[in-house]
Amino acid sequence: MFAYLANPARFMRVSGRAWRFVAASGIAALAIGLYLALAVAPPDYQQGESVRIMFVHVPSAILAEGVYYLIALASFVALVWRHPLADVAAQAAAPIGAAFTLVCLATGSLWGKPMWGAWWVWDARLTSVLVLFFLYLGYIALVNAFEDPARGARAGAVLALVGVIDLPIIKFSVNWWNTLHQPASILRMGGPTIDRSMLVPLLVMTLAFVLLFAALLLLRMRATLNERKARALRLAAPPRRADPVSTGAAPVLR
Amino acid sequence: MTRKRKRLAIAVCGLAALAAATAMVLTAFRDNLVFFYSPSELAARPAIAAGRIRIGGLVENRSLAHEDGRRVSFRVTDGATDIAVSYDGILPDLFREGQGVVAEGRIKDGVFVASSVLAKHDEKYMPPEVAAALKKSGHWQEGGDAGALAGPPPAHFR
Amino acid sequence: MTLAAWAAMGGYAAYVWPAYGIAAALLGGIALQSWLRCRRSERELDRIQRTTGRQ
Repeated sequence: MFAYLANPARFMRVSGRAWRFVAASGIAALAIGLYLALAVAPPDYQQGESVRIMFVHVPSAILAEGVYYLIALASFVALVWRHPLADVAAQAAAPIGAAFTLVCLATGSLWGKPMWGAWWVWDARLTSVLVLFFLYLGYIALVNAFEDPARGARAGAVLALVGVIDLPIIKFSVNWWNTLHQPASILRMGGPTIDRSMLVPLLVMTLAFVLLFAALLLLRMRATLNERKARALRLAAPPRRADPVSTGAAPVLR
Repeated sequence: MTRKRKRLAIAVCGLAALAAATAMVLTAFRDNLVFFYSPSELAARPAIAAGRIRIGGLVENRSLAHEDGRRVSFRVTDGATDIAVSYDGILPDLFREGQGVVAEGRIKDGVFVASSVLAKHDEKYMPPEVAAALKKSGHWQEGGDAGALAGPPPAHFR
Repeated sequence: MTLAAWAAMGGYAAYVWPAYGIAAALLGGIALQSWLRCRRSERELDRIQRTTGRQ
Protein backbone atom coordinates (compact mmCIF):
# COMPACT_ATOMS: atom_id res chain seq x y z
CA MET A 1 0.00 0.00 0.00
CA PHE A 2 2.84 2.36 0.87
CA ALA A 3 4.56 1.58 -2.41
CA TYR A 4 1.32 2.18 -4.27
CA LEU A 5 0.79 5.54 -2.59
CA ALA A 6 4.43 6.55 -3.01
CA ASN A 7 3.48 8.59 -6.03
CA PRO A 8 2.29 12.02 -4.79
CA ALA A 9 -0.19 12.41 -7.67
CA ARG A 10 -1.78 9.08 -6.86
CA PHE A 11 -1.77 9.99 -3.16
CA MET A 12 -3.66 13.20 -3.94
CA ARG A 13 -6.28 11.30 -5.91
CA VAL A 14 -6.87 8.64 -3.24
CA SER A 15 -6.63 10.94 -0.19
CA GLY A 16 -9.04 13.46 -1.71
CA ARG A 17 -11.81 10.91 -1.40
CA ALA A 18 -10.46 9.11 1.70
CA TRP A 19 -10.15 12.02 4.12
CA ARG A 20 -13.86 12.87 4.12
CA PHE A 21 -14.78 9.27 4.84
CA VAL A 22 -12.19 8.97 7.62
CA ALA A 23 -13.26 12.30 9.15
CA ALA A 24 -16.95 11.35 9.04
CA SER A 25 -16.32 8.01 10.78
CA GLY A 26 -14.11 9.80 13.32
CA ILE A 27 -16.86 12.31 14.15
CA ALA A 28 -19.39 9.49 14.45
CA ALA A 29 -17.08 7.54 16.78
CA LEU A 30 -16.45 10.71 18.79
CA ALA A 31 -20.19 11.31 19.24
CA ILE A 32 -20.72 7.74 20.47
CA GLY A 33 -17.57 7.91 22.61
CA LEU A 34 -18.57 11.18 24.30
CA TYR A 35 -22.04 9.84 25.01
CA LEU A 36 -20.59 6.67 26.57
CA ALA A 37 -17.92 8.60 28.49
CA LEU A 38 -20.12 11.36 29.89
CA ALA A 39 -23.50 9.68 30.29
CA VAL A 40 -23.25 5.88 30.24
CA ALA A 41 -19.99 5.01 32.04
CA PRO A 42 -20.39 4.60 35.82
CA PRO A 43 -18.47 6.67 38.35
CA ASP A 44 -15.38 4.99 39.80
CA TYR A 45 -15.56 3.47 43.29
CA GLN A 46 -12.62 5.63 44.41
CA GLN A 47 -12.47 8.60 42.06
CA GLY A 48 -16.19 9.24 41.64
CA GLU A 49 -17.16 11.26 38.58
CA SER A 50 -13.63 12.63 38.11
CA VAL A 51 -12.81 9.32 36.39
CA ARG A 52 -14.47 10.77 33.25
CA ILE A 53 -11.37 12.88 32.69
CA MET A 54 -9.58 9.60 31.93
CA PHE A 55 -11.69 9.10 28.78
CA VAL A 56 -9.92 12.09 27.22
CA HIS A 57 -6.61 11.78 29.04
CA VAL A 58 -5.74 8.19 28.12
CA PRO A 59 -6.63 8.36 24.39
CA SER A 60 -4.60 11.59 24.07
CA ALA A 61 -1.68 9.87 25.80
CA ILE A 62 -1.95 6.89 23.41
CA LEU A 63 -2.06 9.24 20.41
CA ALA A 64 0.76 11.43 21.77
CA GLU A 65 3.04 8.38 21.81
CA GLY A 66 1.62 6.70 18.70
CA VAL A 67 2.00 9.81 16.54
CA TYR A 68 5.61 10.15 17.64
CA TYR A 69 6.26 6.50 16.69
CA LEU A 70 4.78 7.30 13.28
CA ILE A 71 7.02 10.37 12.89
CA ALA A 72 10.08 8.33 13.86
CA LEU A 73 9.15 5.57 11.40
CA ALA A 74 8.50 8.06 8.60
CA SER A 75 11.79 9.82 9.40
CA PHE A 76 13.65 6.53 9.18
CA VAL A 77 12.07 5.79 5.80
CA ALA A 78 12.84 9.34 4.65
CA LEU A 79 16.49 9.13 5.71
CA VAL A 80 17.20 5.70 4.26
CA TRP A 81 14.95 5.35 1.21
CA ARG A 82 14.24 9.03 0.43
CA HIS A 83 10.56 8.20 0.06
CA PRO A 84 8.90 11.34 -1.39
CA LEU A 85 5.97 11.30 1.02
CA ALA A 86 7.76 10.25 4.22
CA ASP A 87 9.00 13.73 5.16
CA VAL A 88 5.63 15.21 4.25
CA ALA A 89 3.88 12.73 6.55
CA ALA A 90 6.29 13.30 9.44
CA GLN A 91 5.99 17.08 9.26
CA ALA A 92 2.22 16.96 8.88
CA ALA A 93 1.87 14.68 11.92
CA ALA A 94 4.03 16.72 14.32
CA PRO A 95 1.63 19.60 15.21
CA ILE A 96 -1.22 17.11 15.70
CA GLY A 97 0.95 15.01 18.00
CA ALA A 98 1.98 18.11 19.94
CA ALA A 99 -1.70 19.01 20.41
CA PHE A 100 -2.51 15.52 21.73
CA THR A 101 0.46 15.73 24.13
CA LEU A 102 -0.72 19.09 25.45
CA VAL A 103 -4.26 17.70 25.92
CA CYS A 104 -2.76 14.74 27.79
CA LEU A 105 -0.73 17.02 30.10
CA ALA A 106 -3.60 19.47 30.74
CA THR A 107 -6.26 16.84 31.44
CA GLY A 108 -3.83 14.88 33.64
CA SER A 109 -3.20 18.03 35.63
CA LEU A 110 -6.94 18.64 36.04
CA TRP A 111 -7.33 15.09 37.34
CA GLY A 112 -4.23 15.24 39.54
CA LYS A 113 -5.31 18.30 41.53
CA PRO A 114 -8.40 16.79 43.18
CA MET A 115 -7.18 13.16 43.24
CA TRP A 116 -3.47 13.35 44.07
CA GLY A 117 -3.56 16.77 45.67
CA ALA A 118 -1.18 18.40 43.17
CA TRP A 119 -1.47 19.90 39.67
CA TRP A 120 1.98 18.65 38.81
CA VAL A 121 4.75 16.50 40.30
CA TRP A 122 8.18 15.87 38.86
CA ASP A 123 7.91 12.10 38.79
CA ALA A 124 9.41 10.01 36.00
CA ARG A 125 6.14 9.53 34.08
CA LEU A 126 5.04 13.17 34.02
CA THR A 127 8.54 14.41 33.29
CA SER A 128 9.07 12.01 30.39
CA VAL A 129 5.76 13.09 28.82
CA LEU A 130 6.78 16.73 29.19
CA VAL A 131 10.03 15.81 27.42
CA LEU A 132 7.89 14.32 24.62
CA PHE A 133 6.05 17.64 24.27
CA PHE A 134 9.36 19.50 23.98
CA LEU A 135 10.55 16.92 21.43
CA TYR A 136 7.54 17.77 19.28
CA LEU A 137 8.19 21.52 19.62
CA GLY A 138 11.91 21.03 18.93
CA TYR A 139 11.15 18.95 15.84
CA ILE A 140 8.73 21.56 14.45
CA ALA A 141 11.19 24.39 15.15
CA LEU A 142 14.17 22.53 13.67
CA VAL A 143 12.37 21.59 10.46
CA ASN A 144 11.48 25.24 9.85
CA ALA A 145 14.86 26.65 10.90
CA PHE A 146 16.59 26.02 7.56
CA GLU A 147 16.44 28.05 4.35
CA ASP A 148 16.56 24.82 2.38
CA PRO A 149 13.49 22.65 3.18
CA ALA A 150 15.41 19.45 2.31
CA ARG A 151 18.07 20.18 4.91
CA GLY A 152 15.42 21.09 7.49
CA ALA A 153 13.64 17.81 6.81
CA ARG A 154 16.85 15.82 7.25
CA ALA A 155 17.80 17.56 10.52
CA GLY A 156 14.26 17.04 11.82
CA ALA A 157 14.35 13.37 10.86
CA VAL A 158 17.56 12.84 12.86
CA LEU A 159 16.04 14.59 15.90
CA ALA A 160 12.87 12.51 15.60
CA LEU A 161 14.92 9.29 15.60
CA VAL A 162 17.04 10.39 18.57
CA GLY A 163 13.90 11.34 20.50
CA VAL A 164 12.29 7.93 20.01
CA ILE A 165 14.14 6.66 23.11
CA ASP A 166 11.76 8.77 25.23
CA LEU A 167 8.84 6.50 24.26
CA PRO A 168 9.92 3.30 26.06
CA ILE A 169 10.94 5.50 29.00
CA ILE A 170 7.38 6.89 29.16
CA LYS A 171 5.86 3.42 28.91
CA PHE A 172 8.04 1.72 31.51
CA SER A 173 8.72 4.68 33.84
CA VAL A 174 5.86 3.58 36.08
CA ASN A 175 7.42 0.11 36.43
CA TRP A 176 11.10 1.03 36.68
CA TRP A 177 10.86 3.82 39.24
CA ASN A 178 8.67 4.80 42.15
CA THR A 179 6.31 7.26 40.52
CA LEU A 180 3.20 9.02 41.76
CA HIS A 181 1.50 8.09 38.49
CA GLN A 182 -0.25 4.75 38.63
CA PRO A 183 1.02 1.75 36.63
CA ALA A 184 -0.57 0.59 33.37
CA SER A 185 -4.21 -0.54 33.48
CA ILE A 186 -4.76 -1.82 29.95
CA LEU A 187 -1.55 -3.18 28.43
CA ARG A 188 -0.22 -5.15 31.38
CA MET A 189 0.65 -8.69 32.39
CA GLY A 190 -2.43 -10.50 33.67
CA GLY A 191 -4.96 -8.46 31.67
CA PRO A 192 -6.58 -5.06 32.17
CA THR A 193 -7.50 -3.87 35.67
CA ILE A 194 -10.21 -1.65 34.33
CA ASP A 195 -13.82 -2.72 34.43
CA ARG A 196 -15.53 -3.42 31.09
CA SER A 197 -18.08 -0.65 31.70
CA MET A 198 -15.18 1.84 31.59
CA LEU A 199 -12.93 0.00 29.13
CA VAL A 200 -15.50 0.12 26.30
CA PRO A 201 -15.97 3.94 26.37
CA LEU A 202 -12.19 4.31 26.60
CA LEU A 203 -11.64 2.15 23.51
CA VAL A 204 -14.36 3.97 21.53
CA MET A 205 -12.79 7.33 22.40
CA THR A 206 -9.36 5.98 21.39
CA LEU A 207 -10.76 4.81 18.05
CA ALA A 208 -12.33 8.24 17.51
CA PHE A 209 -9.01 9.98 18.24
CA VAL A 210 -7.15 7.65 15.87
CA LEU A 211 -9.64 8.32 13.05
CA LEU A 212 -9.60 12.08 13.63
CA PHE A 213 -5.81 12.03 13.62
CA ALA A 214 -5.79 10.11 10.34
CA ALA A 215 -8.18 12.61 8.73
CA LEU A 216 -6.11 15.61 9.91
CA LEU A 217 -2.89 13.92 8.76
CA LEU A 218 -4.34 13.47 5.26
CA LEU A 219 -5.56 17.08 5.21
CA ARG A 220 -2.20 18.49 6.26
CA MET A 221 -0.30 16.27 3.81
CA ARG A 222 -2.60 17.41 1.01
CA ALA A 223 -2.03 21.04 1.99
CA THR A 224 1.75 20.59 1.89
CA LEU A 225 1.69 18.84 -1.49
CA ASN A 226 -0.60 21.56 -2.93
CA GLU A 227 1.72 24.27 -1.62
CA ARG A 228 4.77 22.55 -3.09
CA LYS A 229 3.15 22.14 -6.47
CA ALA A 230 2.01 25.78 -6.47
CA ARG A 231 5.55 26.91 -5.66
CA ALA A 232 7.03 24.74 -8.40
CA LEU A 233 4.55 26.08 -10.96
CA ARG A 234 5.23 29.66 -9.93
CA LEU A 235 8.98 29.14 -10.35
CA ALA A 236 8.64 27.27 -13.65
CA ALA A 237 6.32 29.71 -15.40
CA PRO A 238 5.80 33.41 -14.68
CA PRO A 239 2.16 34.54 -14.82
CA ARG A 240 0.87 35.11 -18.36
CA ARG A 241 -0.59 38.50 -17.62
CA ALA A 242 2.08 40.79 -16.32
CA ASP A 243 0.91 42.07 -12.98
CA PRO A 244 3.05 45.05 -11.98
CA VAL A 245 1.88 44.98 -8.37
CA SER A 246 2.67 41.39 -7.49
CA THR A 247 5.88 41.15 -9.55
CA GLY A 248 6.88 44.74 -9.00
CA ALA A 249 10.11 44.03 -7.13
CA ALA A 250 11.51 41.70 -9.78
CA PRO A 251 13.42 43.33 -12.66
CA VAL A 252 11.82 42.72 -16.03
CA LEU A 253 14.11 40.40 -17.98
CA ARG A 254 11.88 39.74 -20.96
CA MET B 1 21.41 0.39 -4.16
CA THR B 2 24.76 0.57 -2.38
CA ARG B 3 24.08 4.14 -1.27
CA LYS B 4 20.72 3.14 0.13
CA ARG B 5 22.40 0.23 1.93
CA LYS B 6 25.00 2.58 3.33
CA ARG B 7 22.37 5.00 4.62
CA LEU B 8 20.46 2.11 6.15
CA ALA B 9 23.62 0.84 7.88
CA ILE B 10 24.43 4.30 9.25
CA ALA B 11 20.90 4.80 10.53
CA VAL B 12 20.73 1.35 12.18
CA CYS B 13 24.19 1.72 13.77
CA GLY B 14 23.32 5.21 15.02
CA LEU B 15 20.08 4.00 16.60
CA ALA B 16 21.82 0.99 18.18
CA ALA B 17 24.52 3.22 19.70
CA LEU B 18 21.86 5.61 20.99
CA ALA B 19 19.85 2.77 22.54
CA ALA B 20 22.96 1.36 24.23
CA ALA B 21 23.95 4.78 25.60
CA THR B 22 20.45 5.38 26.94
CA ALA B 23 20.28 1.95 28.55
CA MET B 24 23.57 2.64 30.34
CA VAL B 25 22.46 6.08 31.54
CA LEU B 26 19.13 4.71 32.76
CA THR B 27 20.85 1.88 34.63
CA ALA B 28 23.17 4.38 36.27
CA PHE B 29 20.30 6.66 37.27
CA ARG B 30 17.99 3.88 38.30
CA ASP B 31 18.26 4.55 42.04
CA ASN B 32 18.35 8.32 41.76
CA LEU B 33 15.15 8.75 39.79
CA VAL B 34 12.84 7.56 42.55
CA PHE B 35 9.99 9.86 43.42
CA PHE B 36 9.76 8.50 46.97
CA TYR B 37 11.36 6.04 49.39
CA SER B 38 9.55 3.23 51.15
CA PRO B 39 9.70 2.96 54.97
CA SER B 40 11.95 -0.12 54.59
CA GLU B 41 14.44 1.77 52.41
CA LEU B 42 14.41 4.54 55.00
CA ALA B 43 15.14 2.10 57.80
CA ALA B 44 17.91 0.36 55.84
CA ARG B 45 19.64 3.57 54.73
CA PRO B 46 19.29 6.19 57.48
CA ALA B 47 21.54 8.55 55.50
CA ILE B 48 18.71 9.41 53.09
CA ALA B 49 16.57 10.61 55.99
CA ALA B 50 18.83 13.59 56.68
CA GLY B 51 17.06 16.30 54.66
CA ARG B 52 13.73 16.85 52.98
CA ILE B 53 12.52 13.61 51.47
CA ARG B 54 9.40 11.93 50.15
CA ILE B 55 8.15 8.68 51.57
CA GLY B 56 5.58 6.42 49.97
CA GLY B 57 3.53 3.43 51.02
CA LEU B 58 0.06 2.48 52.17
CA VAL B 59 -1.85 4.27 54.90
CA GLU B 60 -2.07 1.60 57.58
CA ASN B 61 -5.63 0.51 58.35
CA ARG B 62 -7.13 2.03 61.52
CA SER B 63 -4.09 4.29 61.99
CA LEU B 64 -5.67 7.59 60.90
CA ALA B 65 -6.37 9.91 63.84
CA HIS B 66 -7.68 13.48 63.71
CA GLU B 67 -6.00 15.72 66.22
CA ASP B 68 -6.68 19.32 67.08
CA GLY B 69 -7.62 21.49 64.10
CA ARG B 70 -6.75 20.05 60.70
CA ARG B 71 -3.79 18.07 62.05
CA VAL B 72 -3.95 14.36 61.30
CA SER B 73 -1.62 11.52 62.13
CA PHE B 74 -1.36 8.15 60.45
CA ARG B 75 1.16 5.42 59.79
CA VAL B 76 2.67 4.63 56.38
CA THR B 77 3.60 1.02 55.80
CA ASP B 78 5.12 -1.07 53.02
CA GLY B 79 4.14 -4.34 54.67
CA ALA B 80 7.48 -4.83 56.40
CA THR B 81 8.26 -1.51 58.07
CA ASP B 82 6.08 1.43 58.99
CA ILE B 83 6.59 5.02 60.05
CA ALA B 84 4.42 7.54 61.90
CA VAL B 85 3.40 10.61 59.90
CA SER B 86 2.01 13.90 61.18
CA TYR B 87 0.39 16.38 58.78
CA ASP B 88 -1.39 19.72 59.06
CA GLY B 89 -3.25 20.49 55.84
CA ILE B 90 -5.91 19.46 53.37
CA LEU B 91 -5.89 15.81 52.38
CA PRO B 92 -6.50 14.89 48.71
CA ASP B 93 -9.77 13.19 47.78
CA LEU B 94 -8.15 9.81 47.19
CA PHE B 95 -6.57 9.77 50.65
CA ARG B 96 -7.91 6.72 52.46
CA GLU B 97 -6.76 4.06 54.88
CA GLY B 98 -5.40 1.11 52.93
CA GLN B 99 -4.57 3.32 49.93
CA GLY B 100 -1.25 4.51 48.57
CA VAL B 101 0.16 7.82 49.74
CA VAL B 102 3.27 9.92 49.13
CA ALA B 103 4.27 12.40 51.84
CA GLU B 104 6.94 15.07 51.61
CA GLY B 105 8.68 16.42 54.69
CA ARG B 106 11.41 15.59 57.16
CA ILE B 107 11.88 13.32 60.16
CA LYS B 108 11.70 14.91 63.61
CA ASP B 109 12.12 12.69 66.69
CA GLY B 110 11.17 9.54 64.80
CA VAL B 111 7.98 11.09 63.39
CA PHE B 112 7.74 12.08 59.72
CA VAL B 113 6.39 15.64 59.74
CA ALA B 114 4.81 16.11 56.32
CA SER B 115 4.48 19.46 54.58
CA SER B 116 2.45 17.94 51.75
CA VAL B 117 0.53 14.70 51.31
CA LEU B 118 -0.28 13.29 47.87
CA ALA B 119 -2.57 10.33 47.31
CA LYS B 120 -1.32 7.62 44.98
CA HIS B 121 -3.93 6.01 42.78
CA ASP B 122 -3.69 2.33 41.89
CA GLU B 123 -4.39 0.98 38.43
CA LYS B 124 -7.90 -0.28 39.25
CA TYR B 125 -10.97 1.28 37.67
CA MET B 126 -14.44 -0.06 38.45
CA PRO B 127 -17.93 1.09 39.38
CA PRO B 128 -18.86 1.06 43.09
CA GLU B 129 -21.25 -1.90 42.58
CA VAL B 130 -18.44 -4.05 41.18
CA ALA B 131 -16.19 -3.13 44.10
CA ALA B 132 -18.98 -4.01 46.54
CA ALA B 133 -19.64 -7.32 44.77
CA LEU B 134 -15.94 -8.22 44.84
CA LYS B 135 -15.77 -7.47 48.57
CA LYS B 136 -18.90 -9.53 49.19
CA SER B 137 -17.69 -12.55 47.21
CA GLY B 138 -14.31 -12.53 48.97
CA HIS B 139 -12.32 -11.81 45.79
CA TRP B 140 -11.19 -8.48 47.19
CA GLN B 141 -7.55 -8.09 48.17
CA GLU B 142 -7.54 -5.51 50.93
CA GLY B 143 -4.66 -3.15 51.22
CA GLY B 144 -5.29 -1.26 48.00
CA ASP B 145 -1.97 -2.49 46.67
CA ALA B 146 -3.08 -3.33 43.16
CA GLY B 147 -4.75 -6.35 41.71
CA ALA B 148 -8.27 -6.60 43.07
CA LEU B 149 -9.06 -7.99 39.64
CA ALA B 150 -5.70 -9.65 39.01
CA GLY B 151 -2.00 -9.48 39.63
CA PRO B 152 0.50 -9.16 42.47
CA PRO B 153 1.10 -5.89 44.34
CA PRO B 154 3.58 -3.54 42.66
CA ALA B 155 7.19 -4.05 43.67
CA HIS B 156 7.61 -0.66 45.30
CA PHE B 157 4.98 -1.37 47.94
CA ARG B 158 6.35 -4.77 48.93
CA MET C 1 -30.89 11.99 37.20
CA THR C 2 -31.49 15.67 36.54
CA LEU C 3 -29.46 17.68 34.10
CA ALA C 4 -28.14 19.85 36.92
CA ALA C 5 -26.93 16.81 38.87
CA TRP C 6 -25.20 15.48 35.78
CA ALA C 7 -23.54 18.85 35.10
CA ALA C 8 -22.32 18.99 38.71
CA MET C 9 -20.27 15.81 38.06
CA GLY C 10 -20.49 14.74 41.69
CA GLY C 11 -18.63 17.86 42.81
CA TYR C 12 -15.88 17.51 40.19
CA ALA C 13 -17.46 19.85 37.62
CA ALA C 14 -14.62 22.34 38.10
CA TYR C 15 -12.16 19.69 36.87
CA VAL C 16 -14.15 17.50 34.44
CA TRP C 17 -15.61 20.28 32.25
CA PRO C 18 -12.36 22.24 31.87
CA ALA C 19 -10.65 18.98 30.88
CA TYR C 20 -13.19 18.37 28.11
CA GLY C 21 -13.12 22.08 27.21
CA ILE C 22 -9.35 22.20 26.81
CA ALA C 23 -9.40 19.02 24.73
CA ALA C 24 -12.17 20.42 22.50
CA ALA C 25 -10.39 23.76 22.09
CA LEU C 26 -6.97 22.29 21.26
CA LEU C 27 -8.12 19.45 19.02
CA GLY C 28 -10.87 21.53 17.41
CA GLY C 29 -8.35 24.31 16.86
CA ILE C 30 -5.84 22.12 15.07
CA ALA C 31 -8.64 20.51 13.03
CA LEU C 32 -9.95 23.90 11.89
CA GLN C 33 -6.45 25.15 11.11
CA SER C 34 -5.65 22.00 9.09
CA TRP C 35 -8.89 22.26 7.12
CA LEU C 36 -8.51 25.98 6.37
CA ARG C 37 -4.89 25.51 5.32
CA CYS C 38 -5.83 22.67 2.97
CA ARG C 39 -8.67 24.66 1.43
CA ARG C 40 -6.49 27.74 0.96
CA SER C 41 -3.76 25.63 -0.68
CA GLU C 42 -6.30 24.12 -3.08
CA ARG C 43 -7.58 27.56 -4.11
CA GLU C 44 -4.10 28.96 -4.51
CA LEU C 45 -3.04 26.00 -6.67
CA ASP C 46 -6.20 26.37 -8.76
CA ARG C 47 -5.51 30.05 -9.32
CA ILE C 48 -1.92 29.40 -10.39
CA GLN C 49 -2.92 26.58 -12.72
CA ARG C 50 -5.44 28.89 -14.36
CA THR C 51 -3.05 31.84 -14.72
CA THR C 52 -0.08 29.80 -15.94
CA GLY C 53 -2.17 27.43 -18.02
CA ARG C 54 -0.22 24.47 -16.67
CA GLN C 55 -1.33 21.40 -14.75
